Order: sequence, then C-alpha cells, then structure tokens
Amino acid sequence: MFEVESLRSGGRPPVSFRLQAGERVCLWGPSGCGKTRLLRALVDLDPSEGAVSLKGTRREQVPAALWRRRVALLPAESRWWAATVGEHFADPGAVPFARLGLDPQAADWSVERLSSGERQRLALLRVLAGRPEVLLLDEPTANLDAASSERVEALIGQYLADSGAACLWVSHDREQRRRLCARSLAMNAEGELAA
Amino acid sequence: MTTLSAWDLAIAALLVLLLAVTARDMYPGLARQLLVAALRTAVQLTLIGLVLKALFANVSLLWVGLLAAVMLAVAGYEVMARQHRRFGGAWGYGIGVLSMFISSFSIALFALVVVVGHDPWYQPQYAIPLLGMLLGNTMSSIALALDRLTQSAWEQRETIEARLLLGHSAAEAVSGIRQQVFRSGVIPIINAMAAAGLVSLPGMMTGQILAGAPPVEAVKYQIMIMFLITGGAGFGTLAAVRLGVRRLFDERERLRLDRLRVY
Repeated sequence: MFEVESLRSGGRPPVSFRLQAGERVCLWGPSGCGKTRLLRALVDLDPSEGAVSLKGTRREQVPAALWRRRVALLPAESRWWAATVGEHFADPGAVPFARLGLDPQAADWSVERLSSGERQRLALLRVLAGRPEVLLLDEPTANLDAASSERVEALIGQYLADSGAACLWVSHDREQRRRLCARSLAMNAEGELAA
Repeated sequence: MTTLSAWDLAIAALLVLLLAVTARDMYPGLARQLLVAALRTAVQLTLIGLVLKALFANVSLLWVGLLAAVMLAVAGYEVMARQHRRFGGAWGYGIGVLSMFISSFSIALFALVVVVGHDPWYQPQYAIPLLGMLLGNTMSSIALALDRLTQSAWEQRETIEARLLLGHSAAEAVSGIRQQVFRSGVIPIINAMAAAGLVSLPGMMTGQILAGAPPVEAVKYQIMIMFLITGGAGFGTLAAVRLGVRRLFDERERLRLDRLRVY
C-alpha cells in the first residue's frame, strides 16, 4: 500500500521498503543514523530523490499539503502556536481526550501549562484527527509513564484496525518492538536498512 | 532666504565632532561610525547638490531616469545590507529592488503625471525629491519587514514545520509571522502620520517654509507626500513580504532556510 523505492536524502544511502494496509512496522537503529531524516523525507519535508507512492499514487502527483495529511508524521517534539489546545483541532468536541487519560475539558487548556507528557499525547490526538492513511511515529511514548504508554499503544492499535492505515513506528525499546510489531526494520549507523 | 556659508556648516559639524569625542571612551565603535556617517552625509549631499544643479540646467528624461536608476540600485543595496539573515544569490538583492521598483516608481510616476501635473512631467525639481522621499521611506519599511521575516522564519522554523506536517499550506503555516512582519514594516508610517503636526513638523514642509513658501501651501504638499509615502511603503512592503514568503518555500511547500545566509 505504501511503497518506498530507492529513497535518498541528504547524502544518505538509498532506502527501500513497503508497508501493507493495517500493518505496523517498527524502525530502530543507533542515535544519529538517520531515522528522523528518513521520516522527514517520506512526508516530503526535506528534498529527496526516489519513488514514494501511496495506493499507487506517487507523491509528485499530489499537492504537498494533501500528501502530508495522507502520510502524517508525528515528530518527537510537538509545537503549539495558538493560545489554547482546542485551537489546534478542527473539531475539538470530537477529540477523545479521555482515551489517553486526559481531562475531557483539555481543549480549553492553555498550551503554556502543558507538561511534556501531555504535549506528547495531545500531539498524537492532533495527528490522528487528520485521519492519515500512513502514520509515521517518532518515538511516540518516549516521555510517557507505563500507564500512558499503554493507552497510547491501545489507541494507535485501534486506529490502525479501524482505518486500515499503515504505521512506521520508531522505537528504541526492544520490549515495545516485540509487543507491537511483527516486522522490524533496522537501520545501521551508515543509514542502510535491513529487515 | 538666508543662505548658509561654509562657516555656518562648520559650526554645525563641530557639534557632531563634540559628540564623537565625548562618546569616544565609553562607546568607541559608535563614535567612529558617527564620524563616518557624518562625512558620508556631507560628501553625498554635496554631490547630489551638484548633480541636481546640472540636471536643472539641462532638463532631460534620460538624465532623470539615470539618476532614478542609481537611487534605486543604492536603495536595493541598503535593504540587503540591513538584513541579518538574507536570501542567498540574486534574491537577496532582487526582492528589495523589485518591491521598491513596483511601488515607489509607479507611485512617483502617478504623482508626477496626475497630481503635480507639471510640464514636462519629469521636471527634475519635482521628480527627484519626490522619488527620493518615496524611495527612502519604502526602503526603511521593506528592510524592516524582510529582516523580521527571515529572522522569524529562522526562530520559528519548528513551529512552521509542525504546521506543514499537519497538512497546512505554506501560507497558513506562516500566517501569524506574516501579520507581524507586515505590521513592523508599516507601523513607522502610521506613527509618522499620527504625530505629524503635533509632535513633528515633517522635513519637506519645514524646508518649504524656510524657503519662504506660504505655510498653507507647504502643508498641502506635505499631506500629499505623506499619503504617497504611505502608499509607496505599504505596497512595497506587501510586495516584499509576498516575494519573501514565496522564496522561503519551494514548490513542494518545504521550508527552505538553506536559502538564507547569515551576515
């Protein structure tokens, strides 16, 4: 469903892989090997060469903004530009805040007072609200305690099952990879991928 | 009108010298800059005085056009030099020049032909001061706006990219920055209009009154100039922000800060 063929960005070696519909694949490798760079190239945020296509449509055929809605990246650090949480959602009333252990009134919160864990969970809800077809997650549970991590894993699992979206999940946690992904991609320090 | 002698100017220059000497120990860099700028003023204004004298004696569209082109080229350089982070290559110079050209030049032309209506319309006595005032103010506004734009884009790059990642267009992603950038370019003009006559007596009007013009006539000229400057600086800033934002992103709506150079 999501096909990447000889993708090259920033002088890194070419990368190829495929994701099936509903499939969740883990990506791991040493710090600085280029995982984040690969994710940025996949959403076309950095210039890159090679073929990336979603359900047979190549990325060049789709306007960039639409491509990034269909292939969505959740970066490790989230950014909030408006005053309240709710202003970052198209329909704040429909966001399942409670599913991630957040106050149902979280939409009214000021972004100033968010903790790093709250920011991380809210950023996930924000990206899911766009109903992406491919979900690229850069360590989505890095700042979370065990209970919150579990809720995040459950919510993502349900989203993938309901929508048939594919998911590439960057995780440094071997236990988490074993738990979540039937298939893993390992990136070595040079930036080469191995199954 | 009472004319000034070289002595009169020398006495005024003493004031600048005195300031530089007083400030020398505490602000050594600035004292030097002060003297260099004062020297530039004296030399540049003397030269333009001679140029205008020759131009008035010899009214020709070619010479007026040539002087206008030189003024535009220098203004473009000043816009570029005042930016901490500027676009690399021809864009660093081109955005300012193009914006000033389409605003200041067309408004000066409009004012000369339609409003002033002298025959010939390019009479240098009107054309050069008018263009000079328009260019000078437009230059300041565009320089402020472009400097703010590139600096804000740099500082807020993560927020801009966060919005792009959520599927926002490049225009949406910089909408907040854009508001502030345009504001920073136009606020000086709004302030100048608001304070005119109450706090400050604008230079052109003062000059005409010193030269013996009736105050009410001088005021009419000043009001026209203020409006022309507002149009010139405002439209110039609009154009510069538009071009600058376009250059910040590429055809795939990626934020391209690699196109900026630090000076």
